Amino acid sequence: MTTAVDRHMAAFASDIGSMGPVAVEGSRTRWDVGGELPPGTHLVKAPTGILEHRPEEMTVRARAGTAVAELHAELASRGQRTALARRGGTIGGALAVGENDLSVLGRGRVRDCVLQLCYVSAEGAVVKCGGPTVKNVSGFDLPRLIVGSLGTLGLIGEVILRTNPIPPTSQWVVSSDSDPFMVLRAVARPSAVLWDGTLTFVELEGYAADVQAQQNALGSIGHWAEAVGPPELPAHRWSLRPSDLRHLEQYALGPFVACAGAGTVFATVPQPLRAVSPTILALAERVKQEFDPTKRLSPGRSAMRSA
Amino acid sequence: MKGTATVNAPTPDAALVKELAAALSPDRVRADSAERALFAHDASVFAGGLAGPICFPTCTAEVQAIMRISAAHGRAIVPRGAGTGLAGGAIPLGGPVVVATTKMNRILDVDIDNRVAWVEPGVVNLDLSKHLRPFGFHFAPDPSSQQACTIGGNVANNSGGPHCLAYGVTTQHVLALDVVLPDGELVSLGGIDAEPDGYDLRGAFIGGEGTLGIATRIAVRITPNPSAVRTLLLAFGSIEGAANTVSGVIAAGIVPAAMEVMDRPITEAVENFVHAGYPTDAAAVLLAEVDGLEAGTRTDAERITEIGLANGATSVRVAADDDERARLWKGRKNAFGAVAQIAPSYYLHDTVVPRSALAGVLRAVYAIAERHQLLVVNVFHAGDGNLHPLLLFDRREPGVMERVHAAGEEIVHACLDAGGVLSGEHGIGVEKQKYMQLMFGPDDLDHQARLRRAFDPTCRSNPGKVLPSSHSCADIQALRAVPTGVWV
Repeated sequence: MTTAVDRHMAAFASDIGSMGPVAVEGSRTRWDVGGELPPGTHLVKAPTGILEHRPEEMTVRARAGTAVAELHAELASRGQRTALARRGGTIGGALAVGENDLSVLGRGRVRDCVLQLCYVSAEGAVVKCGGPTVKNVSGFDLPRLIVGSLGTLGLIGEVILRTNPIPPTSQWVVSSDSDPFMVLRAVARPSAVLWDGTLTFVELEGYAADVQAQQNALGSIGHWAEAVGPPELPAHRWSLRPSDLRHLEQYALGPFVACAGAGTVFATVPQPLRAVSPTILALAERVKQEFDPTKRLSPGRSAMRSA
Repeated sequence: MKGTATVNAPTPDAALVKELAAALSPDRVRADSAERALFAHDASVFAGGLAGPICFPTCTAEVQAIMRISAAHGRAIVPRGAGTGLAGGAIPLGGPVVVATTKMNRILDVDIDNRVAWVEPGVVNLDLSKHLRPFGFHFAPDPSSQQACTIGGNVANNSGGPHCLAYGVTTQHVLALDVVLPDGELVSLGGIDAEPDGYDLRGAFIGGEGTLGIATRIAVRITPNPSAVRTLLLAFGSIEGAANTVSGVIAAGIVPAAMEVMDRPITEAVENFVHAGYPTDAAAVLLAEVDGLEAGTRTDAERITEIGLANGATSVRVAADDDERARLWKGRKNAFGAVAQIAPSYYLHDTVVPRSALAGVLRAVYAIAERHQLLVVNVFHAGDGNLHPLLLFDRREPGVMERVHAAGEEIVHACLDAGGVLSGEHGIGVEKQKYMQLMFGPDDLDHQARLRRAFDPTCRSNPGKVLPSSHSCADIQALRAVPTGVWV
């Protein structure tokens, strides 16, 4: 049902207004992604607070300024988590950038956990899209358009996310004589398979007996030791096809950590911009024109940069 | 000239048909009245529309040509897969050119390294999973119509199915799409790399119900077949017991692959039809499946059994082998067909409510049907809270359609009042446009219309669907643009 806008969203919308360049400042965890804001951009803060966690519905409603760490701590106290990246920052920032967690194989893609969004439009209106239930195809899928749009189409104020149970057991293991592609064949459902060119790190999750069985299966393709967690990650994210990881020598990556099975590679240098076709750029421009005709939302940032 | 066409009228759309036939081939452009009558309908209960020429393209370039020729003639288009939709999404409104994708049915590539299959839109859902079986993979979305429905239709409706509880709906299994926009331009949306650049136009396109363009090549994620599967059949003395078990299982931190509930009348009909061993004396049955690794599936099956017994389960059966499992699923997936034993027609409402509201909403649904003197049976994706009440009727009974629609409207209101949504997997189509304003405010609908305009500025692709007419003015123009001489 349509619901009245609460006073926190109303205040957020009022701060954003309907004129002049404006962007949301979270905790600046991913501040440089997509380009720099020009001087004079009005910076606003999204409202904060966890509103309702319903473990039996596998949903949580929270305001976008809430820290991801605070959200995950609250969910963990009831045995749940979300697909939001553990790298930190605010919920709104994590969704605006749309990056997946390191363990995307086990936790799912971030845009798949967004059920409903409330955002403030370029005109200063509060817009609601998606729906509160875990399954919903009522109308167009605006939440997926907004996630990853870097605050250029609407500024996120409140969300309903799908949660998932935290598996009973979680274990990282590491090997210096194994191959990440063999791991993907040997283990049915690893939550993460990371590779730095020498060491292979694997995260196994589930019931203890299954985690042990998977560890045993890994034993047939190398020597493994238990690890406390993933390795340290270089700062820049590259997006490659999973099969590209077989030929990483062709990229000037420097030291790297690659997510096998997913295709994300963390490297010390940024990924060169890729060419985007003119037809896609034209379509993206029409989307931008419809949602933000005066180009006031997060100016200087673009989700559609092309080489 | 509405209502004035006669046998002596010139062949309708002669110039349009000639151009389309030149671009495709004469045998793949049909314009005779019998064919147009056939394509005026889909599987929904709604009155048919008005189909223009029907095209059967075999490649992307032909779809582009159809879009450009239709636009030059000022005509709308309507994409169509197998026509199994239940919300009227494929009903042609305003004499559009029908673009039937059924001849674009090739599986182009299976790429195990990237866990992707490239397919054309007319590939039948189940055919893809059968094709993937030797590789040890499947396509996870499994609508009950999967023997007939197409992947293109699944993309248009963002379709679900029983196993979407754990695996997610279609959008979670589509990585990239080649889309012909309504102006004939071709765009590639998404990508098979980890985090494709730019706006998620792929995600925005999926579930667009054919109003944003036509997908001509689709990269779907393929899912490894699980090594362990356990299928349980629990019988209950009340449907509330089954519904409360579902809530209890999720609350206990278990996410089964599927949890499906059927009430007694539908279970009886299914059992008569497939002889799967469903108990016909129970008020409701719960079909629950857990998959994954050995210990997890064993433990989860035991815990589901305990939760079921605590909620009044009168019997619990575990499928002994793949054969028994297949029979149970065959029963569930043929449930809509089986209701023909009870009444000749059904109207199915696809809504979602919070799982904890299931029992209360079901009580309301039975009461609504009784008030309207209609028989209702329930078979649904309980794990997602996705209800599918089927109102059963015989069209020959005077006044019955009015009662069916009145009851349907009350069911929609009951679900929204319980914190639910209009549709879980069947879409809005022509069925629920009028209810969109109950779920969304004017600004919300305005923003949905903006997305539509970005893809289709002249609202020429499947006009008259999804958004209420007050939010899609250009649609109305497209619908009024039917030229004279068209069959009406």
